[in-house]
Amino acid sequence: MSEIVGNSRERARRSAAASSRWRLPELAFWGCAVAAIFLLPSRHLLLNEIAIVGLFAMSIDLILGYAGIVSLGHAAFFGVGAYAAGLLAKSGYVEPASGLLFAGAIAATVGFSASFLVIRGSDLTRLMVTLGVALVFVEVANRFESVTGGVDGLLGISMGPILGLFEFDFGGTTAYCYSLCVLFVMFLIARRIVNSPFGTSLRALKENRMRAGAIGIPTAKRIVAVYSISAGFAGIAGALLAQTTAFVSLEVLDFARSADGLLILVIGGSGYLYGGIIGSIAFALMRDALSTLTPAYWLFWMGAILVALVVVGRERIVDCAKALSLRVRGQPK
Amino acid sequence: MTVALETHDLVMRFGGFLATNRVNLQVARGARHALIGPNGAGKTTLVNLMTGVLSPTEGRIVLEGHDITAVPIAARVGLGIARTFQINQLFPSMSPLEAVSLAVAQRAGRSAGIWRGFGALPEIVDEAADILEGLHLADAMTERSDRLPYGKQRALELALALASRPKVLLLDEPAAGVPEGERHEILDIVASLPRDVSILLIEHDMDLVFSFAEKISVLVQGAVFLEGSAREIAADRRVREVYLGESADG
Ligand SMILES: Nc1ncnc2c1ncn2[C@@H]1O[C@H](COP(=O)(O)OP(=O)(O)OP(=O)(O)O)[C@@H](O)[C@H]1O
Ligand SMILES: [Mg+2]
Repeated sequence: MSEIVGNSRERARRSAAASSRWRLPELAFWGCAVAAIFLLPSRHLLLNEIAIVGLFAMSIDLILGYAGIVSLGHAAFFGVGAYAAGLLAKSGYVEPASGLLFAGAIAATVGFSASFLVIRGSDLTRLMVTLGVALVFVEVANRFESVTGGVDGLLGISMGPILGLFEFDFGGTTAYCYSLCVLFVMFLIARRIVNSPFGTSLRALKENRMRAGAIGIPTAKRIVAVYSISAGFAGIAGALLAQTTAFVSLEVLDFARSADGLLILVIGGSGYLYGGIIGSIAFALMRDALSTLTPAYWLFWMGAILVALVVVGRERIVDCAKALSLRVRGQPK
Repeated sequence: MTVALETHDLVMRFGGFLATNRVNLQVARGARHALIGPNGAGKTTLVNLMTGVLSPTEGRIVLEGHDITAVPIAARVGLGIARTFQINQLFPSMSPLEAVSLAVAQRAGRSAGIWRGFGALPEIVDEAADILEGLHLADAMTERSDRLPYGKQRALELALALASRPKVLLLDEPAAGVPEGERHEILDIVASLPRDVSILLIEHDMDLVFSFAEKISVLVQGAVFLEGSAREIAADRRVREVYLGESADG
């Protein structure tokens, strides 16, 4: 009997340890991201943008993919981070890495305050509340022109070298390397979070909130916590954009940014942390390809692809693609 | 008798419908107490009130002398009340191991930890494995909960409740829908819990009720209709008519 007990403990421990182990495709993924520095030297500005948008979509994944909280206004925190970083630099503090931490902290604080609005309610009320908050932010930024520059944007940002060592260059090489490092660090943090008991409790409240409460999980506290963390992530993404482009405009708070973030996450798939980054890459590629093919109608096709993804289901499309590629390569099975 | 959990003049109205009608129920410490009554009598509603899933229209709920009427559902678990649901309430995509590990971590005050994964919390995982083992779930512990056979899902319901090491355990038809042969198995596990755990069991199968309960309360139309020792209830003419006469379809 005790042998059997030991055996099931053994299996349980092994299974628990396996869930946070690195897998080969993950390593390959990051290897490719690094390789892109050398293989795509002329596309660093685009890659930088992909990394930033990927981080932003990852921040949405934390609340949507794990805790099941929908948001149509996450650009609010992206924008807060962008303005915080931009204003900090304009005030004369020009070191980017610490500026990023500052911006992330501000955005997380704002997220904390806003989180109390999304604790209760249905998906629909959350969509409206988050959308409403984001709209308020746009108007506030617009009104306080003296601080934010209003519609003209925050001009004259000049960043110092990163950690006093790496100067930004016009080709965007430093920018991409910087954003990739930040993306990776934030990914590591997110990975830890989602594989922790805290992360499991988020999945629990997403899948069955009543049962989560009935095993003692304080669901409201969890939502406040993950919403603040997610806002911090979004704020850091916004700060990256401000620092690497040396510019902040009202566009950082735009509804379209929230919607794109969500769309990108849906394209890449939510709930496994890579969806935001993969979606961001796919989005950029599709935009590139479609806008060359049909410059005037690329949004039409983007929309069509999105509808197909949601209606048919990503899994089925991926399965079909897999089956197809197997057949094309002439490997039955 | 020390009372573990009690209700005082508890009333629950759904619109104009009186689902709980001035219920004064006492669950003694260490009780093996059954709550029976026809369909729609308000048994589940009473458990929902006791656990904080519902807030009563009137009345109070008292745990070990402390009024917990306003305490939210999760905090009541922390105070020692756990339950199972009549209709499975599981986490569909999680494995029994993940779900029970989470429940154990919650009880151990570790569920808010964001830095260490379960891989680094062996004492939590071991305890979860032991609970699953005890409920014959060890072989299925890494499968998705929604893919488990129904009997295993019922056992997982119980595992989730046990993980919080409750002082008061409220079981809402834990063996409902479980094949005849496995029903006693689940109730045996319940019966073998430590004697100081107070248990309130809702059950329609009178064989199970009489083999388990020392005290029985009969709920009819939201109100306590009759209460007494198992022997007294078994001897009651009205109960015999309703239950023992028709126990075939119980
Ligand atoms: N949320 C609700 N809204 C309205 N009516 C409800 C609600 N929950 C329960 N009821 C009603 O209250 C009554 C008691 O329901 P309850 O589920 O507590 O009965 P029960 O004794 O558990 O029955 P069963 O043996 O079938 O499980 C039923 O008539 C039911 O329709
Ligand atoms: Mg019921």
